[in-house]
Amino acid sequence: MREITYRQALNEALAEELARDPNVFLMGEEVAEYNGAYKVSQGLLERFGPKRIIDTPISENGFAGMGVGAAMVGLRPIIEFMTFSFSFVAFDQVVNNAPNMLTMSGGQFNIPITFRGPNGPAHQLGATHSHATECLYANVPGLKICTPATPRDAKGLLKTAIRDNNPVLVLESELLYSSKGMVEPEDFDLLIPLGEGELKREGSDVTIICYAQTVPLALAAAETLENDEEISAEVLDLRSIKPLDLDAILKSASKTHRVVIVEQDRPFCGVGAEVCYRIQKEIFDALDAPIIRVAQEDVPMPYNERLEKAVLPSAEKLIAAIKKVCYT
Amino acid sequence: MQLPEQRDEVEMLSLMLLIRRFEERASQQYQAQKIGGFCHLYIGQEAVVVGAVAAARPNDYLITAYRDHAHALARGTSPDACMAELFGKATGCSRGLGGSMHYFDKEHHMYGGHAIVAAHVPLAAGMAFASKYRDEDRVTLCFFGDGAINQGAFHEALNLAGLYKLPIVFICENNLFAMGTSVERSTSLKEIVDRAEGYDIPGTVIDGMNFREVRDKLAEIIDSIRKDPHPAFAEIRTYRYRGHSMSDPASYRTKEQLEKFRLDDPITRLRAQLAREEKLTNEQFDKMDKEAKETALASVKFAEESPEPPLEKLYDYTYVTGASA
Repeated sequence: MREITYRQALNEALAEELARDPNVFLMGEEVAEYNGAYKVSQGLLERFGPKRIIDTPISENGFAGMGVGAAMVGLRPIIEFMTFSFSFVAFDQVVNNAPNMLTMSGGQFNIPITFRGPNGPAHQLGATHSHATECLYANVPGLKICTPATPRDAKGLLKTAIRDNNPVLVLESELLYSSKGMVEPEDFDLLIPLGEGELKREGSDVTIICYAQTVPLALAAAETLENDEEISAEVLDLRSIKPLDLDAILKSASKTHRVVIVEQDRPFCGVGAEVCYRIQKEIFDALDAPIIRVAQEDVPMPYNERLEKAVLPSAEKLIAAIKKVCYT
Repeated sequence: MQLPEQRDEVEMLSLMLLIRRFEERASQQYQAQKIGGFCHLYIGQEAVVVGAVAAARPNDYLITAYRDHAHALARGTSPDACMAELFGKATGCSRGLGGSMHYFDKEHHMYGGHAIVAAHVPLAAGMAFASKYRDEDRVTLCFFGDGAINQGAFHEALNLAGLYKLPIVFICENNLFAMGTSVERSTSLKEIVDRAEGYDIPGTVIDGMNFREVRDKLAEIIDSIRKDPHPAFAEIRTYRYRGHSMSDPASYRTKEQLEKFRLDDPITRLRAQLAREEKLTNEQFDKMDKEAKETALASVKFAEESPEPPLEKLYDYTYVTGASA
């Protein structure tokens, strides 16, 4: 194991899969000559050439659709959105073409495509650039969605996504690109299955369910609670939104009997709403308190730093929620 | 110029007849409520896709919009599978899961059947990208209506195709109306073909009621693309005799306009050309027409007798299992 950044982990995943399969190519805005808006594709043009690392004009609908078409005839495109906020310009391709093709064609055309890029609020980017899109895409049958929070998960999930024969959204995080973590050596073929959550911390009093940007938040809150309140919090990182690891969720919730869900998206029809529904439906009697969700406030993201902070889930909000479910 | 090997014209006429008789039968079955959803007929436009198929190789990629019955039939999808799809049966070309607007047939290189206007034009660019990526000399035939040319997806795809020099023919089937809105009420340009110029793509206007002109002009375009990959644009002027869909009485156009095009019917025209050249007798034509009618009728029987898609397979087509080896 060695310590690398989340950005480097994604870069390794791309390079390894490009080297492994000549049908894999990377396409998007500024991915080649600029080396990626967030430098995730650094060095790939030099190594793999312009045939496989392809700069596009600012035409998300056009190049996302090209990816779907290329996938219909056997290629394995990786389509980078500079941010998933821009994927809305390609919404029709992502929700109507990629995931519907298999059904509409009676099983003749699967679409092995990866859509990837940063997702969720970053820092003071304002309403148009701060969307957490997971809840929107999770509503669409035919898509798979993963949300890596650590360098190891980023590498292992992206590699799995590229090899998957279905459309997969890899929702990265701008705020996590520079974060560091331990990852297996470069020659290790790290594959993390889609649909498997991971306990990032064991605990006994309460389960914090989180993903992506809320994982470090949950881990920090768990530390604080351990030290200040003697509450032992278990932290379950979903890692994938779809498929959802219901077994891991129920196992942890059955153990601690108390659940707080901290999510990076908006509250109305958010990911936590579905998770919450599933828990109460399956193990209502195991719960000792109502489940609480900590999500964004239900407003377009303001630019002002203080207001933005107020919109986002925070350690304070999370700790308050945990104390509430623990009746302390 | 050496044209690719041309398929027999009598055979092509017989294909046009089959398409027409199939759709007449589909129209009847729709009215009898055997077919659900939307159903858009191609009657009047037959020379366009049949001419294109005659000009192309069977494995050239073909993709179209929702007025797609003829494109599958022209590519060789069986009339039985086409009718069964309209009936929503398991034996349909999309197993009854696609319907009229979503015909697919991988075996015959028919890549849909796409019902969001112009959303498939970027897909076509992606297919052409794939053939260039693999150094194949396949050409992509991308069909769409005049209504598609004002969508963003269309413009983005043309720019991308021009930029990457993709081997693709954008075939605009200009039937003068996007549903009920005429070209002059929807499009700032007078001539649709001029759209291509904005992307430095060569454009050609073709008479879509004339099979030979469609075939020969497209063959020339396809041939030049095979020699040197690039996009091309063909505005093929045609007409649909029926409304936009089965529920449309087409009151936005005049009887005179319809009659004018009917007099220029593509089937009648090719028949007359062949008869003049003594390549086809009346008896032969009547026999072909009778066979087309019988085939269409038989497809209804096949569809009626076919099983429904099994309920227990409802979830089988949302995801595929497995990964790249």
